[in-house]
Amino acid sequence: MVELLDETPRVRSIVLDPPDWHGHLAGQHVDVRLTAEDGYQAQRSYSIASAPEDEHLVLTVERLDDGEVSPYLVDELRPGDELELRGPIGGYFVWEASTGGPLLLVAGGSGVVPFRSMLRHRAAVGSSAPARLLYSSRSLDEVIYRDELEHLGTDVRLTLTREQPDGWTGYGRRIDADLLAEVAWPPEERPLVYVCGPTAFVEVAASSLVALGHDAARIKTERFGATGGR
Amino acid sequence: MSPISRGFRGRGRRDDVDPSRIPPGQYVTGDFPVLSAGPTPHTRLEDWTFAIRGAVDQPVSWTWDELRALPSETVTRDIHCVTKWSKLDTVWTGVSVDTLLADVETSAEHVTAWCDGGYTTNLPLEDVTGGRAWVAYGYDGEPLDPEHGGPARLLVPHLYFWKSAKWVRGLELREDDEPGFWETYGYHNYGDPWKEQRYAGD
Repeated sequence: MVELLDETPRVRSIVLDPPDWHGHLAGQHVDVRLTAEDGYQAQRSYSIASAPEDEHLVLTVERLDDGEVSPYLVDELRPGDELELRGPIGGYFVWEASTGGPLLLVAGGSGVVPFRSMLRHRAAVGSSAPARLLYSSRSLDEVIYRDELEHLGTDVRLTLTREQPDGWTGYGRRIDADLLAEVAWPPEERPLVYVCGPTAFVEVAASSLVALGHDAARIKTERFGATGGR
Repeated sequence: MSPISRGFRGRGRRDDVDPSRIPPGQYVTGDFPVLSAGPTPHTRLEDWTFAIRGAVDQPVSWTWDELRALPSETVTRDIHCVTKWSKLDTVWTGVSVDTLLADVETSAEHVTAWCDGGYTTNLPLEDVTGGRAWVAYGYDGEPLDPEHGGPARLLVPHLYFWKSAKWVRGLELREDDEPGFWETYGYHNYGDPWKEQRYAGD
């Protein structure tokens, strides 16, 4: 591990320099495995935040208070520590310049992480595919990559669902069909849509897009979390 | 040999769970996480059928009402997702695949489950027979939620849970083995959690 970057109070980016890394596609993830001194292990998957063209591999991790791996990665890990990785993994929720667009990315919370990889990749290769990011966050403080997002040459639309600063001119409501109708390209333009976020968020966003007439086969989803204690 | 993670003690250890029930690399959750590659399909029950086709003498299919009229079983099983969570003692109700195949003549050795939304997954025929697989429409005494694969999903609990295809609409019996959706995107072709067959090459 090379460097740790604070993104928000609960989110850090972990900059890695893995030996024998053979590259990845934007949108893929890695498995991280931790091993205690007595041999006990825990592993979880994390999206890759860096573009294939970037010098280092970056994971952006949100601390889940009842989690096991994320609190360690966010609070305990120090530069110079070794981290066991496996990957890259996943070949479906990926975007390459050759995939084309228009590219609509819909993020809830830390669901924005794989989209940073896609948008950096798009910028790095000079893709002309139009791209638009609709990003839902509870508050401005919790927006990950806030400064960087303004400089990626992408149309970024923020919606702050819980708390808006004074003078906020962006959206201030949860993502629903009305908001998606306002932000998305019309279905006739056949945007390629990626939705990533908590389960309930993805469910609403993807279902709304289908109801608006978007082709379900052009909507890719990635979810985290549960439906509750059932 | 894995490097020791300095300062990692493992707060997720459970002393209330029999370790012999947890495959390598898995952790136990009380939640029911949701994973799927696309939007949740919503097929009307009056349009829903379940079909067995492919390398069979005579394709068969059931309407929703016909499937529900078949003898059902309620089984309690542990399930294991390739994304590392396991959930113990889940209770499912559905029709055994043995019941569905009872009158089917075939020399096929492979099965592809196909689903609303375009998802597919491949399995050896012997893994969906012999009381090891169900078409499940009930979970915990309730109708199966759409997010979890309702109205009906395949249940093959001895393999990683991506083999338990959500929104299943039929089984295609095949002479050859055709990789399904995740199997073509780098996941293991068979997916035995006890051998930790997560990804191609494991």
